[in-house]
Amino acid sequence: MSENPALRASATFDRATIAEIQRAAETGIYRIRGWGAKRPLPHFDDLLFLGASMSRYPLEGYRERCDTDVKLGGRHGAVPVHLEIPITIAGMSFGALSANAKEALGRGATIAGTSTTTGDGGMTPEEREHSERLVYQYLPSRYGMNPDDLRRADAIEIVLGQGAKPGGGGLLLGQKISERVAAMRTLPQGIDQRSPSRHPDWTGPDDLTIKIAELREVTDGRIPIFVKIGASRPYYDTSLAVKAGADVVVLDGMQGGTAATQDVFIENVGIPTLAAIPQAVEALQELGVHREVQLVVSGGIRTGADVAKALALGADAVSIGTAALIALGDNSPALADEYAKLGSAPGYYDDFQAGLDPAGITTQDPELTARLDPVEGGRRVANYLRVLAMEAQTIARACGKSHVLNLEPEDLVALTLESAAMARVPLAGTSWIPGA
Amino acid sequence: MGTVTEIVIDLAATGVRTLNAALHEAADGESFQVLHPQGAHNVAVGITREVSVEVDGHVGYFAAGMHQRGDVTINGNAGPGVAENMMSGRVHVTGDVSQSAGATAVGGLLVVDGSTGARCGIALRGADIVVGGDVGHVTGFMAQAGRIVICGDAGDALGDSIYEARIYVRGSVASLGADCIEKPMRPEHLTELAELLAAAGRTESPDEFRRYGSARKLYHFDHDNEY
Repeated sequence: MSENPALRASATFDRATIAEIQRAAETGIYRIRGWGAKRPLPHFDDLLFLGASMSRYPLEGYRERCDTDVKLGGRHGAVPVHLEIPITIAGMSFGALSANAKEALGRGATIAGTSTTTGDGGMTPEEREHSERLVYQYLPSRYGMNPDDLRRADAIEIVLGQGAKPGGGGLLLGQKISERVAAMRTLPQGIDQRSPSRHPDWTGPDDLTIKIAELREVTDGRIPIFVKIGASRPYYDTSLAVKAGADVVVLDGMQGGTAATQDVFIENVGIPTLAAIPQAVEALQELGVHREVQLVVSGGIRTGADVAKALALGADAVSIGTAALIALGDNSPALADEYAKLGSAPGYYDDFQAGLDPAGITTQDPELTARLDPVEGGRRVANYLRVLAMEAQTIARACGKSHVLNLEPEDLVALTLESAAMARVPLAGTSWIPGA
Repeated sequence: MGTVTEIVIDLAATGVRTLNAALHEAADGESFQVLHPQGAHNVAVGITREVSVEVDGHVGYFAAGMHQRGDVTINGNAGPGVAENMMSGRVHVTGDVSQSAGATAVGGLLVVDGSTGARCGIALRGADIVVGGDVGHVTGFMAQAGRIVICGDAGDALGDSIYEARIYVRGSVASLGADCIEKPMRPEHLTELAELLAAAGRTESPDEFRRYGSARKLYHFDHDNEY
């Protein structure tokens, strides 16, 4: 930053914008990066809880029971996924992440009593072995898709979209297409891989109904079927997913992370998580299946307060991706020197596409991946998950709830007009819900 | 093996759940005859046993989907996604099939005596497909591995964004998709094509076919690529 106060930066052409124009002019190709939306957005920070007072009776912190468990996916007779805490690990691929990172996430989730999820690229044996509850993603690319793995899963998640890029397919650049990743995906080693944005054998909600029926047939109806949507039109997408037979709807807002997507896509397509939840809940309520078809929300979940706010707005559980990677060691200050060599710094590193991650998480380089101890990583993830659950319980008790799922919109107020309108809760100190 | 009895399942009287449950629990070597499918979806999906299944009539979506062992013959037409994600074994359709035939199939052989709709062999991952008639547009889209043999004509955008799969066409090609080019027929290609045609029970000569595959120019992001 300039020390000269006479120099005035443009709000429209800020330094990052100028740098991007210069980069584009230099290279002739769009910027690809990881992470999720970085622009300021209305978010859970704009909501506050109304703690108990005269008209509400609080529960004693640490003493009175406040349950956190949730069952996902029993609607059609499958064995539901029983979570001890309503916080799951979101789908992230082996390929995008190292095998050690995937194993660590599975270990952490298992210690904390929750589920983890595969990703584009299939199921690794390490991940299955160390994940007591494993959700198997069924993606447009079908990389590594194997009916034996479907049957080995505890649930199937049909992925229609991702919050970071609703309507977009995946990318995995050649630096990360190692021999093992290439073999799992049946691709030449080292190519810049594109995952399609559409499923290869069905389009539209009527076809999805038949696809869900097929997956139930193949697995003899034993495991639940989730449908994951990127938040763009969540009212309609949720309605159609339920109509098609989904047991669980997974809703990923635009703050949701990605391992590699065009920056222009990440920052300009989709809607914030805060705006998406009430629309999905409205659809479930109108269909009379709220809490019967569970809603799992992801995209910018960082704290137990975020968890509690998502649940209060009507979600049954949340998923974390970016936060789980940070818990594993991503963007650690201890790696400052190594980030500097890559032209980045702790707190800024988002070049997950490059395969050079000094934390050994978003890379396939054997030397880098060896830095991540999956046992220690699992411990860190479990610790973080526990903190999220305890924080959510703290808020729920303060609101007088004996189960975190008893939190409700009535417990919330908004700090801004935008968040009040999106979350459909009153502006703090008023009874006004804009647009209601 | 060598069973002489054939288990008959009438879908007009039962339904696909009964059929598929029976197929999933079948013993190796058993034979099934499926009557009156009447366009039902998900007929004979997820077979893991070495069984032989004959379906008499037309079927809907995803027939023989995720097939892993044994053989399925459909005496009729099939809807979208027949033999999708097949792992091995053999699926034979005597009539025509709709779009996305053999999508993402990993192994085994899909034989279609008639013609297919669009996107036959989309994202193929190693299986073989032999089509007696024509194929629709964008056949072989993003096909990663495996072989597609087309005894008739191919529609527009054949092999669009193809990876390492090989496509053989006997008739005309309306147009080629992005990064798909014609390639020379070398002796090994004539040999493998002859084997595929024989396996499918076809009588065409390999000499009558042309080969198409990837130019491999889209394998890396580059500002000179035309996306």
